[in-house]
Amino acid sequence: MTMREITYREAIREAMSIEMRKDTSVFLMGEDVGVFGGVWGVSEGMLGEFGAERVRDTPITEAAIIGAGLGAAMVGMRPIVEIMFGDFLMCAGDQIVNQVAKARFMSGGKANVPLVIRVTTGAPGSAAAQHSQSPESWFMNVPGIKIVCPATPADAKGLLLTALRGQDPVMFYEHKMLYGESGAVPEEDFTVPFGQAAVVREGSDVTVIAVGIMVKKALEAAEALAKEGISLEVIDPRTLVPLDRETLIRSVAKTGRVVIAHEAHERGGPGAEIAAVLASDAVEYLDGPVLRVAARNVPLPYSPVLENYVLPDAADIIKAVRSFWAQKGA
Amino acid sequence: MSDELSPEMKKEMYWMMLLARRLDERAWVLHRQGKIAFHISGIGQEAAQVGAAFALQRGVDWVTPYYRDLALMLSLGYTPRHFALSLYGKREEPSSGGRQMPSHWGYKPANAVSHSAPVATQASHAAGIGLAIKLNGESKVVLSTIGEGSTSQGEWYEAVNWAAIHNLPVIFMVENNMYAISVPVAKQMAVPSAADKACGLGLDGRKVDGTDVFAVYAMMQELVAKARNGGGPSLIEARMYRITPHSSDDDDRSYRSREEVDEAKKSDPLLVGKRQLEAEGLLSEADLESMEAKAKDMVDDAIQYAEAAPYPEVAEGEYPVYAEEVRHA
Ligand SMILES: Cc1ncc(C[n+]2csc(CCOP(=O)(O)OP(=O)(O)O)c2C)c(N)n1
Ligand SMILES: [Mg+2]
Repeated sequence: MTMREITYREAIREAMSIEMRKDTSVFLMGEDVGVFGGVWGVSEGMLGEFGAERVRDTPITEAAIIGAGLGAAMVGMRPIVEIMFGDFLMCAGDQIVNQVAKARFMSGGKANVPLVIRVTTGAPGSAAAQHSQSPESWFMNVPGIKIVCPATPADAKGLLLTALRGQDPVMFYEHKMLYGESGAVPEEDFTVPFGQAAVVREGSDVTVIAVGIMVKKALEAAEALAKEGISLEVIDPRTLVPLDRETLIRSVAKTGRVVIAHEAHERGGPGAEIAAVLASDAVEYLDGPVLRVAARNVPLPYSPVLENYVLPDAADIIKAVRSFWAQKGA
Repeated sequence: MSDELSPEMKKEMYWMMLLARRLDERAWVLHRQGKIAFHISGIGQEAAQVGAAFALQRGVDWVTPYYRDLALMLSLGYTPRHFALSLYGKREEPSSGGRQMPSHWGYKPANAVSHSAPVATQASHAAGIGLAIKLNGESKVVLSTIGEGSTSQGEWYEAVNWAAIHNLPVIFMVENNMYAISVPVAKQMAVPSAADKACGLGLDGRKVDGTDVFAVYAMMQELVAKARNGGGPSLIEARMYRITPHSSDDDDRSYRSREEVDEAKKSDPLLVGKRQLEAEGLLSEADLESMEAKAKDMVDDAIQYAEAAPYPEVAEGEYPVYAEEVRHA
């Protein structure tokens, strides 16, 4: 494959464009996705290539955007809908939880729902409590939706192409602070399968299972701790539903210690599910507690001082990792 | 029809528009200087906001404002210092102590409720406040403002429908500035005016020139009196133009021409107001100069004050999530 550096934003645009060129049933709709190219710039230029019928500005109506996406999907279209902020998913809460997620089941399998909900996640900095949340796990409790959290440009492209070719609804969480990040991405059409975690960095002392932007922070922590002779293995689940239990367990079997890192709040976040999986299926390998590094259970504040206090970062991962040895000594 | 405005009141209304404008302009400068994280502007919408505020019993009636309502909030007693504190996320910021974004308001002495980031939610809150007023037998009213694009939300229709069914004392004011970020009004609604939505919901729908502060005042006076006297809710569309980009995160050049913006600036509410006052002989050069000087002083003072003010303490970072102590919150 021919690799070149592109941004996460460009990788997502590339995946959408590849599929829209191949398959006329694919179209994009959302607030400001047309002439403006999306407030995050992801669909920039797509109106020019695909026209206003296939790159559609919608009114400000999240419930109808997702509900109409479901309607169109059930009759054979493959809509991609963009929701500007993950926080606004709740404006469409019923459509997601009771309609999109249930359509296949409640129709005895007759309804196909190839709907991709592209949505932003995470704190962009001083955007406060209703613009900064990481809502991935809110929907992990709802059977019927797949949940994808790409951490790199290459995964963004490969996972989105998988989403666009599947038959099930997918929530595709794009972290706002990753849009500008560059990375090597194959130029060709390629897919990354769901339910296959990535071993991002191999190591032997502690497994860090990191979600979304925390993969980057875990790698920073690994770099710093390597200098002290502590070796981190960084695992990115890439999809939370389905979750690749085997890769997580295999890593924990090797290291015996695990830290789970995500930007969502700690209580009931993705880490709670992952920790439960490890507690049931990997307990014999664990040499210590399953630790979580996550946002505090406080809404995200605007003021930078408070926001820094609430959000997790690489230093918090380092602290958690060191605590394994502190405990041993104590 | 409307109570005759005294010359002093007219000048006071112009002053509020001017103060809001100068403060708003300074916020743009602060953002460009990298001193603040975010600004969302009310430039071009001052007349509708001041006209509406002055028609209320300020501090008694309730308001559920939206993010462009700086001039409305100043008219209700929120100060330039308060606004500056919010821009910097400082501890003394009166709405939330630095928790919420700037321009999300909430000011208890003014009975003004905080706006949320998800748009249109304030309309339901306004209906609920109207319901409480009715249940308590009070003679207050609620002003609930919103942008025209946000009236696309189902929640907005639900709230207005409810207020209409129960004859609640709410005035829903739509500030139609012709855009929702990049999306022009024609892609937001099929009716020519947001006021036309009223007929399907069973309440009075009115249109007013949102660049004419006195016209807005006159119409609001009537609708407020009606609501106060048990006549029920109204929907009013004040039309104007969003002169600035959507927010400090936006570049509007990709979706609208400079010619269009320049043309709209000819009906800048400040110009319109100035012409009206001058025509009535109420505004001299000297008046204007002293207003400008006073505005500059107040804005300078506000920024200096906010810059020197302390941030929230990290120790208060856990609060106030619950009313009571919740362990492992
Ligand atoms: C539920 C929800 N969806 C989307 C947004 C993003 N957003 C913020 S402001 C805005 C445009 C609102 O336009 P309008 O109601 O006309 O108000 P204006 O900004 O023009 O004053 C959008 C789409 C939001 N804040 N909330
Ligand atoms: Mg608007």
